[in-house]
Amino acid sequence: MSENADRQADDTPPPRRSLFAADRIASWVAQLLVVAAVLSCAYILFATAQANLEARHIRSGFKFLGLESGFPIGDSLISFEPTDSYGRAFLVGVVNTFYVSVLSIVLATVVGVIIGVAQVSRNWLVAKMAEIYVEILRNIPLLLTLLFVYGVVLAGLPAVRRSIELFEGVFLNQRGLYLPRPLPQNGFGFVVAAAVLAVVGAVIMVLWARRYRDLTGTVVPSVRIALGMVVGVPLLAYVAAGAPLDWEVPVLAGFNYQGGLVFRPEFAALLIGLVIYRGAFIAENVRSGILAVGKGQREAAAAVGLTPGRTMQLIVLPQALRTIIPSTTNDYASLVKDSSLAVAIGYPDMVSVGGTMIGQNGQAIEIIGMWMAIYLTINLVVSLLMNWANLKAQLVER
Amino acid sequence: MTIETRVTPGAMDAGAETEERGGNVMRKALLSVIALAAAMAGSAWAGTLDDVKARGEINCGVSEGVPGFSIPDASGRWVGLDVDMCRAVAAAIFGNPDKIKFVPLSSKQKVLAVATGQVDITSRTTTWTMQRDTKEGADFTTIVYFDGQAFMVRKDLGVKSAKALNGATVCVTSGTTTELNLADFARANGIKFEPVVFEGKKEAVNAYKSGRCDALTTDFSQLAAFRTTFPDPAAHVILPELISKEPLAPLVKHGDNQWKDLVTWTINGLVEAEEFGVTKANADDMKAKSKDPSIQRMLGVSGDFGGDIGLGKDWLYNAIKATGNYGEIFDRNLGAGSELKMERGMNALWTKGGLLFVPPIR
Repeated sequence: MSENADRQADDTPPPRRSLFAADRIASWVAQLLVVAAVLSCAYILFATAQANLEARHIRSGFKFLGLESGFPIGDSLISFEPTDSYGRAFLVGVVNTFYVSVLSIVLATVVGVIIGVAQVSRNWLVAKMAEIYVEILRNIPLLLTLLFVYGVVLAGLPAVRRSIELFEGVFLNQRGLYLPRPLPQNGFGFVVAAAVLAVVGAVIMVLWARRYRDLTGTVVPSVRIALGMVVGVPLLAYVAAGAPLDWEVPVLAGFNYQGGLVFRPEFAALLIGLVIYRGAFIAENVRSGILAVGKGQREAAAAVGLTPGRTMQLIVLPQALRTIIPSTTNDYASLVKDSSLAVAIGYPDMVSVGGTMIGQNGQAIEIIGMWMAIYLTINLVVSLLMNWANLKAQLVER
Repeated sequence: MTIETRVTPGAMDAGAETEERGGNVMRKALLSVIALAAAMAGSAWAGTLDDVKARGEINCGVSEGVPGFSIPDASGRWVGLDVDMCRAVAAAIFGNPDKIKFVPLSSKQKVLAVATGQVDITSRTTTWTMQRDTKEGADFTTIVYFDGQAFMVRKDLGVKSAKALNGATVCVTSGTTTELNLADFARANGIKFEPVVFEGKKEAVNAYKSGRCDALTTDFSQLAAFRTTFPDPAAHVILPELISKEPLAPLVKHGDNQWKDLVTWTINGLVEAEEFGVTKANADDMKAKSKDPSIQRMLGVSGDFGGDIGLGKDWLYNAIKATGNYGEIFDRNLGAGSELKMERGMNALWTKGGLLFVPPIR
């Protein structure tokens, strides 16, 4: 290594800068060598694995993705039949993982903010209850929480034949929550268009209201108006178009309810478990973020006459975000990875479906590689988004 | 998952090739890496039997707990039909059925663990299929239990046949042939199931017990075993159809024929012993007095059949003394002597109308 570095150094003529240049080149060469060593290590591992697989007659490669899977999947957002390919089966798992992760991230954030704010509440009872919640949830392994929630969900729900009809066409039993499925009819496009317009209009209105406030100091209740627009306009359009929706109501036929939309207990248990567990961690981030905002900020806000609620919303939380976001990024990443515990309670996430595939064709290395690639991708995207949010939340010095 | 670090000759060639392509700059780095890899890797292939003898015990992959097949008893000692197969092999090698380390494996791991050498034998209610035998780096030895997949339902559902289960929710364990058979059965009969797939058997059974599923499906023997653990066994029925053939057999690593022969013939020997009436109790007596040449060969009085598989003359005698013959093992774990009270059925000797027909020791 050093020999190469020396030779390279001799080739660089200008004597004045030679010391720095030689250093720089030596360091480049060293870095290149390290990269080469790491890459060749990886290659040797790969080649060894290939040779070992070959020697043991273990099939390798990704050809299996195109073959017929042959197994059914109980809970899928996209259509899936046993005659579909392994590739599509895996896609079903990926979609399920993504679905439960995104929903859990949103809900865990809501739970985390509420509990975190409650922890610093001046109301003793509220603060203590929030603290107890955090301490209990944070200190129990997630797997146990999941098994517990699943057990409670199953034990708490009635058998199929004793289903509870919550509203007309909405049934709740051990097999899931059954909802009527909306079937769009002619003219529904009009409602969709109205909804899109309403959202665009609401955003423009909120931006305008913000500028108006900055210019004049007059506060327009823009958020409420926006909400009204987003809900009201499509509703009006729906009525005007003559209610262009039909509903497919679930009916009890044979062993189960058929038709309609279903939320399975496995999905519910996984979602609840992930949300309450990760919510406790996010609550701690929120609490520490709030405590990190100087006391003077709050006193100043009180001095200009802001209520405690407005102080929290306008002064404390925006500043606390600077501390909250980086650690919460980690929590989001952990949540995505934790979703793989779905296998324990029978939710067909990517790990569960992949596990079935391993059981059938034994191609563990390929499938584990695919798992890793997907988790890596999801988490890199989460990190990117959170870093962007973090940039936005940083103090802008003027 | 275990990653095998041994460098086979093929892998070394592949490494050498890169080295040449890589040119001078990389040579040193590569050489040192290869040297390191080779050092980590250890020398050459050794046979499993040599490894086992050097280690002083067998690594035996078993289930995470299936009554009758492999489960720790109240005192923590592993018991069951699958367990006894490993114990017999340990006794044949060491003269001691306790020289075993039991490694509980999930369904997903069972084939991989033996293919990569993490365990020496997987004896874990594993169905012998062509794919597993040919493409997954493992070899099956010999069938220790003839099983078939069945469904269990609550009696009050009034279902009499598996074909009447259209639209039913079925609890099943992942990574098993069970899952595939379920799908095949549904397609063959034009019916639909809603599967709920669990990683572990325990979770699948619990979900069925709680009412999440209408039916639980796995091998008949296991349904019968799990039913005995229910608070109300009589409230559940196992439907009559066997929807698949499930020949359960222990596995060894592909390509080590000596080890495969050893395991295969130890198990064959246990069945042969039942056929000739050699039991744990009378083995000593038989060895001393029997004039039957088959029994003399079996117990090492004549010939050296143990030597042919790398063991002592007493190999099968030791195995029988440790576990008893196949019939005794069955009775103790699954049959009349157990809580499961299962019939021999297909698993009776061929002389008694069953399917057990092993090649002779001669």
